[in-house]
Amino acid sequence: MRPRFTSWSGDKIELSAMIAFLLLCVTLFGSVAPHFLTGGIFRSMAFQLPELGLLTLAMFIPIVAGGLNLAVTFTANISGLAAAFLVKELMLDAGMVALPAALIAGVGVGLLIGLATGAMVAYVGAHPILVTLGAMIFLRGLGELLTRGGDISGLPDSFKTLGHESLFGVPIPMLVFLAAVAFCYYIMQLTKLGFSIHMVGSNPRASLYSGINVNRVLVWVYGLSGALSGLAGIVMLARFNSVRVGHGESYLLITILACFLAGANPFGGFGRVLPLAIGLMSLQVIASGMNLMGASQHLATAAWGAFLILVMVLHAPFQAKP
Amino acid sequence: MERYALQARSVTQTFGAFTALKHVSFDLREGEVHCLAGENGSGKSTLIKVINGVHAPEPGAEISFHGERAVARVSPQEAKRHGVHVIWQDLALFPDLTVAENISFDGFVARPFGPRNTAANRQLAEEVIARIGIALDPEAILGDLSIAKRQIVAICRVLAADARIIFMDEPTASLTRKETDALLAIVRRLSSDGISVVFVSHRLAEVLDVCARATVLKDGALVGTFPTAGMTQKRLSELMTGLELNEQQRPKSAFADRVLELKGLSRTGDYQDVSLTLHKGEILGLTGLVGSGRTELALTLFGMTQPTGGQILLDGRKVRFSSNQDAIDAGIAYVSEDRLNLGLVQNQSIEKNTAATVLDELAEPKYWLSPRRVRALCDFWIEKLRTKASDPALPVSSLSGGNQQRIVLAKWLATNPRVLILDAPTVGVDVGAKAGIFRIVRDLAEQGMAILLITDEAGEAHTHADRVLILRGGAIREDLSPHDISEDALERLINA
Amino acid sequence: MPKVLTSPEGVLACLILLVSLILTATTDSFFSLQNLFDLLNNQSVNIIFAVGLVVVLVAGGIDISFAVAASVVQYVTVTLVVQTGGATWGIGLILAGAVGVSLGLLNALFIHRFRIVSIIVTIGTFNLYFGLLMYMSRGRSIYDIPDWLYDRIPILTVELERGSATLYFPVLVMLAMVAATWFLLARTGLGRQIYGFGSNPEAARRSGVNVALIHAFAYGWLGLCAGIAGLMQVHIVREVLPNALYGRELDILAAVVLGGAVLGGGRGTVWGAVFGVVLLAIIQNGLNLLGITPFAFKMIVGAVILAAITATNAERLLPRLKTRREG
Repeated sequence: MRPRFTSWSGDKIELSAMIAFLLLCVTLFGSVAPHFLTGGIFRSMAFQLPELGLLTLAMFIPIVAGGLNLAVTFTANISGLAAAFLVKELMLDAGMVALPAALIAGVGVGLLIGLATGAMVAYVGAHPILVTLGAMIFLRGLGELLTRGGDISGLPDSFKTLGHESLFGVPIPMLVFLAAVAFCYYIMQLTKLGFSIHMVGSNPRASLYSGINVNRVLVWVYGLSGALSGLAGIVMLARFNSVRVGHGESYLLITILACFLAGANPFGGFGRVLPLAIGLMSLQVIASGMNLMGASQHLATAAWGAFLILVMVLHAPFQAKP
Repeated sequence: MERYALQARSVTQTFGAFTALKHVSFDLREGEVHCLAGENGSGKSTLIKVINGVHAPEPGAEISFHGERAVARVSPQEAKRHGVHVIWQDLALFPDLTVAENISFDGFVARPFGPRNTAANRQLAEEVIARIGIALDPEAILGDLSIAKRQIVAICRVLAADARIIFMDEPTASLTRKETDALLAIVRRLSSDGISVVFVSHRLAEVLDVCARATVLKDGALVGTFPTAGMTQKRLSELMTGLELNEQQRPKSAFADRVLELKGLSRTGDYQDVSLTLHKGEILGLTGLVGSGRTELALTLFGMTQPTGGQILLDGRKVRFSSNQDAIDAGIAYVSEDRLNLGLVQNQSIEKNTAATVLDELAEPKYWLSPRRVRALCDFWIEKLRTKASDPALPVSSLSGGNQQRIVLAKWLATNPRVLILDAPTVGVDVGAKAGIFRIVRDLAEQGMAILLITDEAGEAHTHADRVLILRGGAIREDLSPHDISEDALERLINA
Repeated sequence: MPKVLTSPEGVLACLILLVSLILTATTDSFFSLQNLFDLLNNQSVNIIFAVGLVVVLVAGGIDISFAVAASVVQYVTVTLVVQTGGATWGIGLILAGAVGVSLGLLNALFIHRFRIVSIIVTIGTFNLYFGLLMYMSRGRSIYDIPDWLYDRIPILTVELERGSATLYFPVLVMLAMVAATWFLLARTGLGRQIYGFGSNPEAARRSGVNVALIHAFAYGWLGLCAGIAGLMQVHIVREVLPNALYGRELDILAAVVLGGAVLGGGRGTVWGAVFGVVLLAIIQNGLNLLGITPFAFKMIVGAVILAAITATNAERLLPRLKTRREG
């Protein structure tokens, strides 16, 4: 009955298009940029991508839930700070134990911040942009107060492992990112929570009438977002062996850009993890490729912005009016 | 001699291969109140859009205003010059502006860089408000007003623009009886000023008495124009659908097993002292007009609100629902009257909507919600309720009203409820599809489900319910068997 | 209670008064002409941004790109002026305004012509503008400012017992922009059209509102404000630092929303936007005078914003107090 091609749904077409685009970018830069296809570039990309990638995942879940989390970068900073304080105060000589402890502390602090933000979004009912904007300013201030504007550095060597070593030839930060992608895919596509996030993102009232506990879903949405931010904070801590408030600040709007680029609906309800991961890789390939050709990171940022608008302009005829 | 505000002959409108209007004629006397009736898709809106100049009909049409020379098509400017105005159901007002600003909005559009003369706007607003004789604060923010008052502001707005022919699209759809009466009083007043008013609706019982004539459209063709004297709702709906509705009443039967009992249930401001008993296999009709407290009562049974007094008993045990999750767990299902906003998440897929109520059952083990099981559930119900849905992954908004309502039923039947509350289950569903929905509902009752059918259509309650309760002003006023009363008598009781 | 006091502007005005009274009582220097003038001089740029942004918010849009657009304006204007040698305030303002308007209209073009949601467009242009600016300027500041732009222009000097207090030119420009925006939004038919469009776009379209004009005006006006604010910022700090205004957009957004503008459109006023900026400014000013470490300022400002959001939504938290909104 059903024509075969409908099983090739829009999602799959979109994913294929994004993979094709990624391959196109790689080929393009491979042919024009010297040494692009040699291993080094992929290694350096694999060290750079995870920070932005984790923060983008943290932005992605609230966007699907019909919101936004502007506090992701400073949540990452505060989580990194918490972990750094813990390690510096108590476990400077604890060796490898410090690392998991820092991870738990960082993710835990991120989770708590996220849960608090989520509670405000859910129970106060203010627009998520406002709540998370307030939270962002507050967390930045908290960080500035705790660090007096300076760096916290001097962590044990075990952190270098997380930031700079590879396992089976894949940099550890990249492994962390891939694990987070898998985790988000699982949550969003294969659990009740993910199912509910999509429904709530489209229409919270109708979701409530279906018996979905909308407030609890929202609290967890921001909780997950905070935990992922915390993880990003730890990865940043490990890579730079220091924390400074404002570190990664410039990623904030790029994470939103990446989500929209990957087809997340700005009104909520729709968005997929795999196109997001592919889209992020494309952005990184563009940046690295342009870098190899002598262009600065800033030109790449401009290209990303132009790229987002271009994709949306091409999308425009196919999209129903909101 | 009759003076006509509008005469339209032989209006045909096509959109590509689709013919929306076939040689339709329509006339309207000056100062007349006229019903334009027809089902969804019968061509009512198209006819209005031809008359107010949005659509250009096929050549051959003759349309004349106020006895002037007939033209083959109307331009928007001409329609405006003749004072043709349409108040669509969404009213097209601005909730953040004041009443006076809403009334004067056309002036802002005409003179964007002219000063916004607050005093003049206020004066204009006060003049038209005085003209229809209603108390309304011109400085009130529109968004703070009730729907009924907004409706009146919309009328003021077209009056300020010198309207002489007003089309009102479903004006009474969300008004209480009292508000409807107030609106009808205003319409009579306009009519005595020589303004012609056309009510457009597919539910006209409430306005039949104010209209002199009714024009009925069906499938884009004119059924006829009839005087309303002696017209009943039933006759009108037969004209609209072309079907002789002869569904059989439910046979008289006795029910033994009590499922749901309410004892003196009250909620301040919504309903008082409601007692009723719902048995296994029974369809209990709960009727009453908008504002009678029927939906409020249903929301309490569904756990969305909490009663301020009285008891709810389920299988003889007292229950308290602190949220609708409690009610769902206890076996209560609620099909909302607002399918668009509350019944379904319109832009999510058919399968997601079907599965939304039973996530706990589908997720087994708890942390694993298999997409395959979601699809299987959806396929099962699509098949079982004979839903026309080509692909469960498509958004539910792609389905027709009747098929959407089947998905709503499916998602609640999936919870295997003891009590099914149906709140106006056939709103926005065409007559043919209505019959299908009620076949399902009757089957469910046969299988032993207890069903509370909330409706304001006397015919539905009369045909499908085993017992009918009439709510008025938040209290049950009548408790009768449909076998002891005629449909017309029931209709009069509801509207009393 | 009178309507004026329950409106967001009224509440803010009361809060400003309250904070001012407390600071007057607890510090020596808050209630002085010197401090007042300093506040105005320092906040003029933010206020110009804020009144521009409120127009876009009222029209139901959002703009993330304006602060970065202001940086682009600074760079373009000063470079052009330096290259051509000379110019005057008049030419400088026109140039800055024109570049600002063009950047705003670019946003409007994408939003209107391609029906892309404003937040997506402006995040795109934000990255585009900022990336290009940093690339072209190589991140270097311009210190070589023409004299007319370099020299302070006092517009009002009051001699005090100790020293004097002076208001400078940017305050005058700020007042002009506030007055013009207020006039357009509150006193013209166009202003009502913008409120109407933000309140119910479909109804506005059906009432014959020229939607393209509304988009063009809202984003163009914010562009104009951004351009002028950018030039004033150069005048005040006497250098062009390409990333000086980076991140300012969210601070301004917070202040404007504090002032009663609503994401989604239809609500917000020029006074609310001004009061929002002023409240946050005097809180920081007061913390400073009270001798609290500057590192704590942001945290306290964030806490104030969160508290304000909670307070304005209190009726949802306390459903029993909620009264039915009926006329």
